[in-house]
Amino acid sequence: MKLLIKNGRLIDPARGLDRIGDLATAGDRIVALGEVPRDFSPARTIDATGLVVAPGLVDLAARLREPGHEHEGMLESELAAAAAGGVTSLVCPPDTDPPLDEPGLVEMLKFRARKLSRCRVFPLGALTRGLAGEALTEMAELTESGCVGFSQADAPVLNTLTLQRALQYASTFGYTVWLRPQDPWLGKGVAASGAVATRLGLAGVPAAAETVALFTLFELMRTTGARVHLERLSSAAGVELLRRAKAEGLPVTADVSINSLHLTDVDIGFFDPALRLSPPVRQQRDRDALRAALADGTIDVLVSDHTPVDSDEKTLPFAEATPGASGLELLLGLALHWGEQAGLPLTTTLSRITCDPVRVLGPAIGTLAASAGRLVEGGVADVCMFDPAARWRVGDATLVSQGKHTPFAFASSGFELPGRVRATLVAGTVAYEATA
Amino acid sequence: MLSRRNPQLNANGELIHLLSIEGLPRAVITQILDTAGTFLSVSERDVKKVPLLRGKSVFNLFFENSTRTRTTFEIAAKRLSADVINLDIARSSTAKGESLLDTIANLSAMHADMFVVRHAESGAPYLIAQHVAPHVHVINAGDGRHAHPTQGLLDMYTIRHFKGDFTQLSVAIVGDIVHSRVARSDIHALTTLGVPDIRAVGPKTLVPGDLAGMGVRVCHDMAEGIRDADVIIMLRLQNERMSGAMLPSAGEYFKRFGLTADKLALAKPDAIVMHPGPINRGVEIDSSVADGRASVILPQVTFGIAVRMAVMSTIAGNEA
Repeated sequence: MKLLIKNGRLIDPARGLDRIGDLATAGDRIVALGEVPRDFSPARTIDATGLVVAPGLVDLAARLREPGHEHEGMLESELAAAAAGGVTSLVCPPDTDPPLDEPGLVEMLKFRARKLSRCRVFPLGALTRGLAGEALTEMAELTESGCVGFSQADAPVLNTLTLQRALQYASTFGYTVWLRPQDPWLGKGVAASGAVATRLGLAGVPAAAETVALFTLFELMRTTGARVHLERLSSAAGVELLRRAKAEGLPVTADVSINSLHLTDVDIGFFDPALRLSPPVRQQRDRDALRAALADGTIDVLVSDHTPVDSDEKTLPFAEATPGASGLELLLGLALHWGEQAGLPLTTTLSRITCDPVRVLGPAIGTLAASAGRLVEGGVADVCMFDPAARWRVGDATLVSQGKHTPFAFASSGFELPGRVRATLVAGTVAYEATA
Repeated sequence: MLSRRNPQLNANGELIHLLSIEGLPRAVITQILDTAGTFLSVSERDVKKVPLLRGKSVFNLFFENSTRTRTTFEIAAKRLSADVINLDIARSSTAKGESLLDTIANLSAMHADMFVVRHAESGAPYLIAQHVAPHVHVINAGDGRHAHPTQGLLDMYTIRHFKGDFTQLSVAIVGDIVHSRVARSDIHALTTLGVPDIRAVGPKTLVPGDLAGMGVRVCHDMAEGIRDADVIIMLRLQNERMSGAMLPSAGEYFKRFGLTADKLALAKPDAIVMHPGPINRGVEIDSSVADGRASVILPQVTFGIAVRMAVMSTIAGNEA
């Protein structure tokens, strides 16, 4: 089908393009950008006056809860949520039930996702069998079945020798290992160590839980040559270590979640279980450091860390509540909000959720790496159209995801999100369109 | 983020639940202590009852066992003429099926007017208070490491009884402060009432430096911590912390941080010694001190009933 998107503000963050113009698609490709030939005859024309026409968003951390946790989310609902959030590609961690440690499971997930054609799904394979941190998975087989990297999700590798071997083996084939830096023993608490956790009597997670793990990882990267993507940095001290590792030339990239970018432990208030998050949100100076690092590119990518959690698992005393929050539909708005506050050009803000995550994925996504997260003639037609002036209130009814819990719900935060997605194209097909 | 209203106060600033001492205005605390004073005489009469809560049902809901605290709440409620229902809900039975909020919903359907809740998780009474009907009141009888506000109030009553003015006092709290809900409630109460010098005393594993953020002076030396103190509050050392990664042994702990007559001599001559109970003789406190002239441990228990009567009657009279 041929589509013509007229008179939008076209943005391609990768080359700093920001201009008013038209965009034409045919099949799954963008065939014209800026000026569209007069003889182009679209099957449908969309008026994008006043809208930003950007590449579809790429979210490097979104849990779909399939297989195993279907009561908390499933492909249908969560990929619909992705499309409603303007997300056209997402990476899902392997902590499903069973974990993604066998090619058959990955193929089934990819097949189911492709049939829904709402969003491209790139699974991370389990680094170790059953995420138990003991035996390596068949990484080459898993890669052939569609995995774009290997991760332990939130499960630890207790044995440092096993971790070293996993990094060695992965680097043999050039696979990227995705790890959340957290020492398993120091990381046992439920809130960031500090004045709030002390006052509320909540078990703390010190910043050292992150830095101790980072020191170990960087040292193992030096000896193995493995490429590592650090998931969900949370502390100022962690940012500083990352900065030094990058300056040294280690092959490392990193992301931060929308939660750590916008919230602090003070937001826990009176034990609000919506703030039960992993990693825990820390103090103001940590948040400031994370925001500055994302702005200057030390942290490469902003992720939603989307984790749908059933209501029964959230209406519990703080420490017993399941960690995590819904985020796919908030990624754009919270990126824009950060960009506005940081005084960044829209192209830079959008980079962190479009072309930068694609750069992290690199050759693992094959030919898509050339044009996903970008707007280019001849490239894939993954497009997010949004109204930058619209503001909206997050609430149960406004979320498509099965997970309704978020610290950014208007009822508790009083916060209106900027930017409303009007339409999302995946491979030239309309995956989402706002009603009226 | 919106500033959320303290859930234990209504729009007029009146106490509807007692969840924590943090955030309570000084006037509210003082009023409860004054009311407790009037109830003290009730307990000394032949007929130890007043009809303030007649016809009301008070549910003692203990998700964590505590015979002593539950008993004092039961006595307090009965002296106010309430009907008291005791439920000892071991955590294992809730783990089997019913969720915390389902338990509360069921008991609310039995027309409970007040829940007295003890729970192993910090913040559990907040969750309950947010889900009960407007006329139902919640009293926190101890949640995790977070708060034990009636203990904090009875400690304040005790200090006021023996010392009068708060604004000239030095108070030392000694022991396992990091895991202690009593210490947190005491610290909030003492700072609110204007105590200028509060010391938190113990080894770094039990008294980490970031406690200073609560407005106390952190001391890792017992002699420095209790020197010239007017009030010494000793905390119970839980059995599971006596050996392991927190402390090597009860014996070594007693040598360094146990309160003996020798160490007590460093405090002011008229210093009082308090303890929330039950005491571990020879672990945190020597028998000669626990039974000695400075000890006010048993008066604390007596005052505790009057203070709990004051809390119950105060919140029962306020509408959400």
